[in-house]
Amino acid sequence: MAGDALIVKGLTKVFNKNLIAVDHVDFTVKEGEIFGFLGPNGAGKTTTIHMLTTVLKPNEGNATVCGFDISKKPSEVRNCIGVVPQEYTADEDLTGLENILLCADLYGIPREVSKKRAEELLELVELTKFKDKQVATYSGGMRRRLELACGLINRPHLFFLDEPTLGLDVQTRAATWDYIKLLKKEFGMTIFMTTHYLEEADMLCDRVAIIDYGKIVAVGTPNELKEGLGGDIVTLSIKDSNIDISSIIKKVPRVKEVKKQDNTYRIKVEDGEETAPSIIEALRTEGHKVTRLSLTKPTLDEVYLEYTGKSIRDEEETKEGFRAQRITMRRARGESRGHPF
Amino acid sequence: MTQNNNNSKNPLHGLWALTNRELKKWYKNPVILLLGIIQPIIWMGLLGKAMNLGAIFTSNSISFPQINPPLSPEQQIQIGQWFSSIAANTMKGTFGTADYFSYMAVGMMSFVVMFTAMFSGMSIVWDRRLGFLNKVLSTPVARGSILMAKILSAVIRALVQATIILVIAYVIGPLSVSADFTIFHLLGVYAALFLISVGLSSIFILIAIRSTKQETQMAVVNLLNLPLMFASNALFPAKLMPDWLQTIVKINPVTYATDATRQLILQSIDMQQLLFDFAYLGAFAAVFSTIGIVLSWRYLSK
Repeated sequence: MAGDALIVKGLTKVFNKNLIAVDHVDFTVKEGEIFGFLGPNGAGKTTTIHMLTTVLKPNEGNATVCGFDISKKPSEVRNCIGVVPQEYTADEDLTGLENILLCADLYGIPREVSKKRAEELLELVELTKFKDKQVATYSGGMRRRLELACGLINRPHLFFLDEPTLGLDVQTRAATWDYIKLLKKEFGMTIFMTTHYLEEADMLCDRVAIIDYGKIVAVGTPNELKEGLGGDIVTLSIKDSNIDISSIIKKVPRVKEVKKQDNTYRIKVEDGEETAPSIIEALRTEGHKVTRLSLTKPTLDEVYLEYTGKSIRDEEETKEGFRAQRITMRRARGESRGHPF
Repeated sequence: MTQNNNNSKNPLHGLWALTNRELKKWYKNPVILLLGIIQPIIWMGLLGKAMNLGAIFTSNSISFPQINPPLSPEQQIQIGQWFSSIAANTMKGTFGTADYFSYMAVGMMSFVVMFTAMFSGMSIVWDRRLGFLNKVLSTPVARGSILMAKILSAVIRALVQATIILVIAYVIGPLSVSADFTIFHLLGVYAALFLISVGLSSIFILIAIRSTKQETQMAVVNLLNLPLMFASNALFPAKLMPDWLQTIVKINPVTYATDATRQLILQSIDMQQLLFDFAYLGAFAAVFSTIGIVLSWRYLSK
């Protein structure tokens, strides 16, 4: 394996012959690291996970998971990975323990082994007390923990987490992060996770790839990406939104780049504290009044904005993502019951 | 945690686990079990008992016209008896059994099997929507097992429900079980019902595996439900139907399952017809389960 748990080369998925969900994606995940896949809804994160976990076949390109080719050796790949999908997939009519044992059976783990492991995992995710309760009675956080336990039953080498904290409240989210950190620390597990929460990627991931419209637009450690922005960001708006003042700002020394987004200007500058007043001064001499100004040191949020051209918050309302989120959240609240047939 | 390789190499591992999952959901919810059989019981109680065709021709229901000279009471009784025996022979000739209730109660066994098979597709639509299907696909379970588990659980459910119907029919009866009924006849009944439920559930699971909406599946079930039942001999003998309908009846596999079970339980056996029934059902089950498994295997490994 030579230090790489996952090698992806030119991976491409096209739906219905014209919708390119994932477009020639290349990256590698090193042994023992937490790799984050960051992108807006519909960027191709889940489709990538589906291909890497052998649920979907790629149209082009290839990937090697734990040293096995996903197209040629899918069974071997399936045996060495664990998957926690975005949705709550545990069966609501069964108990927590029954669900874990079902997962174990799917991997063909003998019952005497799986019983012991299930108890250990229930202990790990603190569900031992509730193991004989129907999953329908579980809270969203408990369900997420149960999904984690199910994904770990085959002691995976590479663990896939698709939006592990979607729809969880703040405390549960923090608790989930702790579990993920624990897996890395205690077991040296390699983790591939997708998220659209920037603070999550910043805090958990050793390296991050930003994906947009099916293409990877940036890869690196969170720090590298932030430094890659090359300076601080000044955001300002002026009273009259019809006039383009980019040219005035560009003349100010130490301004590196100006982008106009609707009424606001995103200005990349060196040494923001000193440059910001100069910009205000320059605009005033030209007769423009600055109504708002903010100075930000680079965060992953800024990186994201830089590469995808939109704030992650704008994306929350996309239709498809919204539907998926709604189903997941509804289940988190325990409203949607299992099917009657 | 490192990769563990001493997992079972049996290609069918997980098949029973997935089947058992479906069955557990079913028997843990007695309401669902009850709802599944309540409809055929109502049919049996209302249609089977209300349409007591045999009773039309009994001597009590005959009123004698005024003729000259008037019939003596002895003559009336005599004619009544003739009438009854003609009626019994007509019933026997038409339905193959003396009472309509027995005739249709056995038909209801096919009905409940058909109904269960039709709804078996629903669960796969749910599994897809809730992400369970994708999770299973990321595990080393054989693709064929996913579908076989669905078929198997539908078959088991169908056979259990058919048994309940048979027992209830026997209790509220009278069910005119033929005199030479043995345990082998009963095994034959299960064999026939097994074959039809394998074939039918394969078809409906195949329809469901591509659809993401349970509404579509519901519509298909509602569309096919009554035509499949009425265009068969489950409720009424095919030989009294118009020719165009008989053609459909002869294609409908429900006809053969019903005929086989009816012969085995109620009537004296026409060996040639019974063998044909089983051959038809066997071919039906083999063809559609193969098509179902092959197509969905291809679909699931896309």
